[in-house]
Amino acid sequence: MTLLGHLSLWLAFLVGLWGAITGFVGGSQRRADLQQSARHATFALCVALVLAVIALEVAIFRHDFSVAYVAGRTSRNLPTFYLWSALYSGQEGSLLFWATVLSLFGALVQVLTGRRHRVYLPYVAAVTSLVVTFFVSVMLFSANPFQRLPFTPLDGAGMNPQLQNPGMVFHPPMLYLGYISITIPFAFAIGALLSKKLDTEWLVAVRKWTIVSWLFLSVGLLIGMWWAYVELGWGGYWAWDPVENAALLPWLVLTAFLHSVMVQEKRGMLKKWNLALILGAFVLSIFGTFITRSGVIASVHSFTQSNVGYFFLGFLVLITVASAVLYVTRLPLLEADARLESMVSREASFLFNNLLFIGLAFSVLWGTLFPILSEAIRGTKITVGPPFFNQVNIPLGLALLLLTGIGPLIAWRRASVPNLRRQFAVPVTAGVFVLLILLVAGMRDVGALLAFGIGGFVLGTVAQEFARGARARPRQYDEPLPLALVNLLSRNRRRYGGYIVHVAMVLLFGAFAGMAFKKETQATLRPGETATLAGPDGHVYAFTHLGVSQYNALNRQVTAALVDVRRDGKPLGRLRTEKRQHVDALGRSTFEPSTEVGIMSGLRVDLYVVLAGLVDGTEQAVFRFTINPLVWWVWFGGFVLVIGGLIVLWPGGAPLAVKGSAGGGARAQGGYAVKLEAER
Amino acid sequence: MKAGTKFALGAVLIVGAVGYLMASGIKQTGQYFLTPSELAQRVSADPSFYDLGMKIGARVVPGSVEKETATQTLRFHITDGTVSYPVVFRGLAPDTFTDSVEVVVEGRLQKDGIIHATDVLAKCGSRYEAVPRA
Repeated sequence: MTLLGHLSLWLAFLVGLWGAITGFVGGSQRRADLQQSARHATFALCVALVLAVIALEVAIFRHDFSVAYVAGRTSRNLPTFYLWSALYSGQEGSLLFWATVLSLFGALVQVLTGRRHRVYLPYVAAVTSLVVTFFVSVMLFSANPFQRLPFTPLDGAGMNPQLQNPGMVFHPPMLYLGYISITIPFAFAIGALLSKKLDTEWLVAVRKWTIVSWLFLSVGLLIGMWWAYVELGWGGYWAWDPVENAALLPWLVLTAFLHSVMVQEKRGMLKKWNLALILGAFVLSIFGTFITRSGVIASVHSFTQSNVGYFFLGFLVLITVASAVLYVTRLPLLEADARLESMVSREASFLFNNLLFIGLAFSVLWGTLFPILSEAIRGTKITVGPPFFNQVNIPLGLALLLLTGIGPLIAWRRASVPNLRRQFAVPVTAGVFVLLILLVAGMRDVGALLAFGIGGFVLGTVAQEFARGARARPRQYDEPLPLALVNLLSRNRRRYGGYIVHVAMVLLFGAFAGMAFKKETQATLRPGETATLAGPDGHVYAFTHLGVSQYNALNRQVTAALVDVRRDGKPLGRLRTEKRQHVDALGRSTFEPSTEVGIMSGLRVDLYVVLAGLVDGTEQAVFRFTINPLVWWVWFGGFVLVIGGLIVLWPGGAPLAVKGSAGGGARAQGGYAVKLEAER
Repeated sequence: MKAGTKFALGAVLIVGAVGYLMASGIKQTGQYFLTPSELAQRVSADPSFYDLGMKIGARVVPGSVEKETATQTLRFHITDGTVSYPVVFRGLAPDTFTDSVEVVVEGRLQKDGIIHATDVLAKCGSRYEAVPRA
C-alpha cells in the first residue's frame, strides 16, 4: 500500500503543477482548451489524493508498523475510533489530510460555481492546485507519511493519551476545514486581481465560502476549547497559547470581512480594504500553520522539530510578496464609488468595527510574536502571557460588543437625531436595567459588569429588530406572530441569522466574564474526609472523598477516585476523577499518566475535580477542586452561533444580488439586508 | 468638519488606544525568558534580578525530582548543561512532567539560590506529538 501512496503523491504533484500552469495561462490568454484542462486537473488531483488517504488508512487499520507514521502514532490496542483520527494526529498525516481536503474544495468550487462567475474559475483552479502542490511537495521532500522503517516493530508507540478524547477526533478536522476553505476566497481574490474584474461580482461568488470558513473555524475553536477544558485539567478553556492565537487570527480577520463586505455591497466603498482582508486571512492561515508546525514559538501544541518549517516559511514569504505586489499594481482599479457622508451612519460603525477587529488581531499577533521580536531586536527574550492578552483584549472586546448593539440601530448614510432616539430608547434601557440589577445584587467586578450591561444592550437591540420586523409582517400579510417570526427569518436569513450570531456573542462574553469569579482550592483527603469551597453563587459546596478503585481497561490502568458532592448540605451526586496510565499490548507503560477530570456542569456553575495523585500508594488522595461559573454558557453560546451561521448559509430563499453602485434604495433604518433583486 | 476627517480622528483614537494598551500591557506583564546560564550571568551583574518574575527554560536533571504528594511539593534541579538551579514548586505538576523532560519554570529566583516556581510547564519533545490545533 505504501507504493500506491507514494505513486499517488507523485501523481498529485505533477497534476497539481499542470493545473496551476494551465489555469494561469488559460485564464490570461483566454484559451478555452487550457481552461478546461485546468478544471479537469482539479478533479484528477482530488482522485489522486483520496487514493493516498485510502492507502494510509489501510496501513493504519492493518497495523502495518513498517510504515514509520503508523508505528509512531498507533498501536495494536488503540481503540478503533482513534485509528480514524490517527490519519491527522501527526505531522505527515495531517499534511496529507490538509492537501486532500483542499483538493476536494478545489473540485467542489469548480462544480458549484454558477455561470455568472465562470470567468474566475481558471485562476481559482490554478491557485488551489498550486497550494495543494505545495502541501504535496512538503510531504514528498520532507515529511512523507509513507516513509518506511528499516525494520518492522512488533507494536507501535501508541497515541498520546491526551489525544484519545472525542474532542480530538473532531476538533482538528473542523479547524482544518476552516483554515483550508479560506483558500477558496483567496483564490477568487487572486482571480479577480489577475483578470482585473474587480467589481463586486467576485465578492458575491465567495460570500458563502467565507461564511463556511468562518463557521468551521468557529466550531474548530469551540471544540478545541471544550477539549482543553475536559482533558487538560487546568480548569480553563483558553490559555492564549500561540497555536490557539494562530487559529484566532484568521477568525478575527474573517469576522471583520463578513461585516465590511456589506459596506461594499451596499455603498460601493471599502473595495481595497475587503480585498486586503481576504488576502490577509489566507496569509494568516499559512502563518498559523507555520507556527504550529515549525516549533519556532514554544507551545504545548508543538510538533516535533523538523525542517517542515522552512518550507512553510518560504511559502509564507512567497504568497505574501506575490499577493502584495499584485494588490498594489491593481490599486487604481479599486476606487470607491461613494464617500463617507456622516460619522453617525451604518458605514462608520462598520468601519470602527473593522478597526477594532484588526486591532485585536494585531495585538494577538504582536503578543504571540513578541518573544521572537524582542530577542531579535533587543537580544533578550521577553514573553507575554495571558495577563497581557487579557489586559489588551478585554477592553477591545467590550468595545466591539458595544458596537454589536449600536451598528444595527444606525441608518445607512446618515442618521437623524429623532431616528436615533427612537432606535436607542429600548436597548439602552435594557442595558441599564441589567447593570442596575447586578449592582444591587452586589457584583463589583468592573469588567464583568460592563460585559453583562453591554450584553443586555445588545440583546435589547436584537429583540427590537426582531419585534419590528415581525410586527411589520402581520400587517402586510395577515400572519400570526410566531409564523411571522419564522417567515422573517427565512426571507432574510443573512440579516436575522447574523443577529442570532450576535446573541451567541453576548452569551459567550457573559460566560467569559463569569470566569472572573472562579474559585479554587486544593486538599489532601483520606477516605471520608471533606473539603468545602464557597461558590460565587452564594452556596457552599462540600466534597467528600469516598475512596479509590484501581482496575485495568483496554489500553490503560485506571486509578479512580470517587467524590460525593453536596450543596449547602444537600446531596448533588458523585463525581469520578481518574489517573490513567496507558500501556501497550504487553502491559508496559507508555506515555506519562494522564488525568481524567470529573465535571458536574450546571447553568450557574461547573464543579470541576482533578485527582492529582495518591499519597504513597494509600487511599489518601490529593485533589484540586474548582468552581467555574457559567462555563455551560460557552458551549450553549457556541451552539447558538452555529445555528445562526447555518441560517445564514442555508441555501434557497431569495437570492441576493448586489447593487454595485451607491444607488438609492438605502432604507432609513434596518439591518444588514442588501437590496433584493431576483438573480434570474 | 467633513465626515472623512471626523472618521480619521476616530480611527486615530482607536489605533492609539490599541497601541497604548499593547505598550502598557507588555511593560506591566512582560517577563524575561532566560536559560539558567543567562540567569546566572544577569544575577551576578545586577542583583535586582533576585525576586523578579521570569520564565526559565531548561531540562530537568535526571534523578533530581523529589515529590511529596501529601504537601504537593515538588523539588528538582534544572540545567542547560552548564549552570543548574534548584527549583521548589508547590502545586500540581502537569501530567507530562518527569525527570529529564524540557520544562519552562515560571517563578522567582530568591537570595537563597532557589527558584520558587509558581508554574511548571513540561514539554516532552520525543513522545509528545500533539494533534495540531491549527
